[in-house]
Parts: sequence; C-alpha cells; structure tokens
Amino acid sequence: MNKFELKDITCGYKKTKVLTDVSFEMGAGESLVLLGPNGVGKTTLFKTMLGFLKPLGGTVEFDGEAIADWGPRKLAQKIGYVPQSHTPPFAYPVIDVVTMGRLSRIGAMASPSAHDEQVAYECLERLGVAHLADKLYTEVSGGERQMTLIARALAQEPEMLVMDEPTAALDYGNQVRVLNQVSRLVDEGLSVVMTTHFPDHAFLCATKVGLVTRTGIVVGPPEEIVTEESLRRTYGVDVRIVQRDTYDKGLLTGCIPIIEFTAGSCRCHRHTGCEGGCGSSSACSC
Amino acid sequence: MDSSEEVVEQNSPAVPQRQASVKRRRAYAHTKLALVIISVIGVVAILVSFTLGHYYVSIPDVLAVISNAVFGTDIETAAVNNTVIMQVRLPRIVAALFIGAALASAGASYQGLFKNPMVSPDLLGASAGAGCGACLALLANGSNLEVQLAAFIGGIIAVSLTYAISAVVSRGSSMTLCLVLTGMVVAALFQAVITMSKFAADPNDRLPAITFWLMGSLATTQLADLPKLVIPTLVGVIPMILFRYQLNALSFGDEEARSLGANTRFIRLLFIVCATLVTSSAVAMVGMVGWVGLVIPHLARMIVGPNYKVLLPTSTLLGAVYLLIIDNLCRCLLAVELPLSVLTAVIGAPFFIYLLMRGRKTWA
Repeated sequence: MNKFELKDITCGYKKTKVLTDVSFEMGAGESLVLLGPNGVGKTTLFKTMLGFLKPLGGTVEFDGEAIADWGPRKLAQKIGYVPQSHTPPFAYPVIDVVTMGRLSRIGAMASPSAHDEQVAYECLERLGVAHLADKLYTEVSGGERQMTLIARALAQEPEMLVMDEPTAALDYGNQVRVLNQVSRLVDEGLSVVMTTHFPDHAFLCATKVGLVTRTGIVVGPPEEIVTEESLRRTYGVDVRIVQRDTYDKGLLTGCIPIIEFTAGSCRCHRHTGCEGGCGSSSACSC
Repeated sequence: MDSSEEVVEQNSPAVPQRQASVKRRRAYAHTKLALVIISVIGVVAILVSFTLGHYYVSIPDVLAVISNAVFGTDIETAAVNNTVIMQVRLPRIVAALFIGAALASAGASYQGLFKNPMVSPDLLGASAGAGCGACLALLANGSNLEVQLAAFIGGIIAVSLTYAISAVVSRGSSMTLCLVLTGMVVAALFQAVITMSKFAADPNDRLPAITFWLMGSLATTQLADLPKLVIPTLVGVIPMILFRYQLNALSFGDEEARSLGANTRFIRLLFIVCATLVTSSAVAMVGMVGWVGLVIPHLARMIVGPNYKVLLPTSTLLGAVYLLIIDNLCRCLLAVELPLSVLTAVIGAPFFIYLLMRGRKTWA
C-alpha cells in the first residue's frame, strides 16, 4: 500500500449524518490511533473505512482506487480487520480460526490447503502464540483470543490492518503484549489503524492520531493532537501529559488524569520519599 | 550472547510446530476414520435393509439381484426376490437415505447460517410452509405430483416471507436475530393453516390422508416417486457441499465474514434457497419429520468438530444412514408400521438431551 485516503467523507446511516468532512491520509508503515469519547461516531467512521457502510458523501481511496467499487474479496486481500473478540457459537480450534483468514486467497468453492494452514501457523508464530494452535478458540483467554484474531487478519496477507479497540477487555499484561505486537507489525511495514479509549496508546504506538469529536476529526502527530488542552475539551477531564527521560528507553510520555483524591497520605513535595519520617520541622500545609 | 539467543529463537518454534502437526495429523486421521466407519455402517445398513420385512430375502440373494441389475450379470435367483428388492425395498431405502441427507445437511447449514446451534429446518418456517402447501393440496384431492409441488411452493413462500419481513424489520442492520424471530412467527402462521385445513377436511376421507401424511411414512414409496425427491435433493445438496467452507466465516457474523472476503449476501441467499429446497422436497415426500436436522449436525460436530469443511459432508452422510436405520425400526419394531415422525422424536429427543449433557463444549 502506498496511500490510504479519506476524501471529504460524510458518514452515517440513511438520514442521520454522524460525521461530516472527514479527510486524512496515511502511508505505508504508518499507524493511526483513533481517539474519542463514546457516541461521537468512531465506530461509524470505522465501518465506513472498512467498506461495511457506504459513505453518504466523499470517497475512501486505497492507492487511488475507491474501495466502494471493490468486492469483499479484494477488500479482504488489502485490508485486514481485527474485530473486538467475542465468542462464536462453535468451538473451533485456534488454528482453524486463523486459517479462515485465507478465505479471500482461495476459491469460493475451495477449502484451505495444507499450505494455507502452514501460512496460518506462521502467523501465529509471528505473534509468538504458536502454542495456541490446537487449543479451542472458545476456551483460551481474552488476550489469547485477541492474538488469534490478529493472526487471522495477518493470514489474509493484507497491506493494512484495522483494529477495533484491540486492548479492550484485556488485563494490563495482555494490553501491553498486544500493543507490542502492533508496533512490531508497524515496524515491519504494515499500516495500522486502531481505535482505543486510552490516550496513552497514542504515545506508545502511533505515528498519527485522529481525535474524533462532535465537531469533526483532527489528525496529526501525537504530540500535537494529544495535549492537556485537547483532552480536557474532548473528554471534560483534567489530564497532565507527563514525560520522563530514561537512560535505556529514551523519552517516555504518558497521560495521567487528575483525581481529587484526598484520603490517605499527603502528596505534596515536601515529604516525598520520606513518608513524613524525615523529621523535618517545616510543617506541611495541606 | 546474541548468537545464543538466535539459536534459541530458531529452535524453539520448531518444537511446538512439530507437536502441532502431529496433533493435526491425528485429527485428520480421526476424521477420515470416522467417515470410513459411517460409510461402512451405511453399506451394511443398506444390505440389511434389503433383507428386512415380511418376506425374507437372504443377503446372497440381495447381492445377486443387485449384481444382476447393476453389472448385468445373470446370477440365478427367484423372480419374487427381484420384485421385492427392486420394486418395494429399493425405492424405500433410496428415499430414506435422501430424506435423511436432505434434512441433516439443511440443519447443519441453517445452524452455521444463523450462528446458532439450536436451529433446524423448522426455523424460517421451511417445514411448516412445505407442510401447509402439501396439506392444502391433499385437501383439494390433489395428485401425488401436485402435493410435491405445493409443498415446495409453500416452503419457498414461507422462507421468502420470513426473509422479506425480517429485511424490512431489521433495516439492513444485523438480520440474524430478526430472521430467527420472524421464522418462528411465520411457522406459527403456517401451522395454523395446517390445523385449519385438517379442521375443514372431510373426516372420512381427506382428514386421515392429511394426518397420516403429516406423521410421515415411506411405506408406499414407489420407484416412480423417486425423481421428485432425488433430483431436488441433489440440486440443493451439491451447491451446499461446494460452498461449505464459506459457512465457517458466516458463523462469526456478517461483518467478520465480509472482512474475511466472503460475499455474505450471495452465500446467505444460496444456502437459504438450497436448504429450503431440500427441506421442502423431503417434507413433500414424507411429511413433517422433525429432529433429524437438529440431532444429526450435533452428533456430527461431536465426531469431527465444527469445521464445515468436514462437518457438512459428515452430517449429510450421517443423516442418510440415521434415517435409513430409523425407517427400518419403523417397519420392523412392531407388527404394524410406526410413523417416522414418532420414532425420530422418541429417539431424537432423549438423544439430544444426552448430547447436551456430555457435549457442551462443542457448541457453548
């Protein structure tokens, strides 16, 4: 993929326009994180980008071709979709679920060959979860299920990956593991679009951030888009962007919300590190 | 240090891969073995079915007659054997096999299509619609062919109605739940028409005809009846078998299936039309025989797993063998013939409860 572009997109359902005049573009090896509060149309925009919804206006272009003209097959070969994981009705083994990613690469009347299964297995390997292959998809943990779905999207051999809140409903360790894999895939040249509820993720694995609000979408580099001011305006909460220079991992950036939490010990600077046990006579005034 | 890490990284994936492939190979071997066993049971069941009945025919006689008919050999055997086997038992056996295959493959398809292991050909109103059409034809004193035709038309009308209503109700968003609910409503409606037609029927002549037909029996099946069953069943089952892998994607939901590259609209329509066609032709032949379309896909899923690549062929085969055995029980268990629908329910219901109790993880 060279360029994925939204041109003056108006998206929504029949009569209700959800978002208007959305335009941005991204290139190969870029990773776009979509942030925004619930109910502003992130999902609608998402479905429009994936071709599930026809845009009410404008075009979604992939290397200059409107994806609205593509059939599901061609779309699947270009764009891999990682949905939020849910339990399917049947207990497929993980390897079978990943092999389903080959659907767009085989004939409509064919079943996957041993080669397709090998590709699927390599996708699991690439994510470091090959040991899951023979387990039942319905019985693995949420994090493992997410990895399975990412592997399935990779088995499509797409040029772009679109992920719907890949870290939702995962524990902290799994969130970090999933994000690690995402940034590795971006390093390997895949383009990634993902939605998330955590502004931190923008600093962790985004080359571009799209902040979706009721008034529209602003797209730009993480440092410009995710600011204390913009987060206050978007979410109505007080947030500090904190940076820390570490020797081995470089400059780390994160968002910490301000919560008026007065119970427990005093947090003013005077007694930091000593928990008040330093015997300093200068009384804390808070 | 770098080099040692590389060695570890190259070696470690190889170990689980070998394990996985051994396990996979074992799974494939297991599937093949299961298919072979079912086929062997099927062949034995067919041979035994030829011998069963009031007039006893020995297996060598059966083989002789079949060999004469198929290979044109000239093995000596009593003429009456020939008549019994070719005119009476063969049509019945073929009909049982095709009806079982039709109902089981339709059931398995509907389950994948609607992402719900609890649905069966009764869903969408297919069997109720077909039953209703056939009842009205029987009420009007229609011929055999007219009954068949009316059943198919009824089935198609019921399914189109279900599909159209749910398309309007769901307005393009997820249709699955709407389809299931509308199917129930349409089935109830057609059931009411069936009851009405029984109520209106002449109690001396037409009412018994309708009632007995609804209960289902293959006792009067003749060679001439077979094309009306066999042709539509083949026309329906073959496309389903060809496109079966696509059902896997559909069982994950429409959006995921589309993102995987499945043409969901075409696949859904194809499977609905084909499954309805085979259900209607089975209902027209033998009445409303329940449970086969629910129990057999479950049993097949327990044996070979949920992947439609093997599940659909296994279901089809297993359904054929199952209904043949049930039909044999129907004609031999008691001095009088039992209706098919009675035995499929009496055997199917407890068997299904047993499946639910021990097979939970294959569907939940």
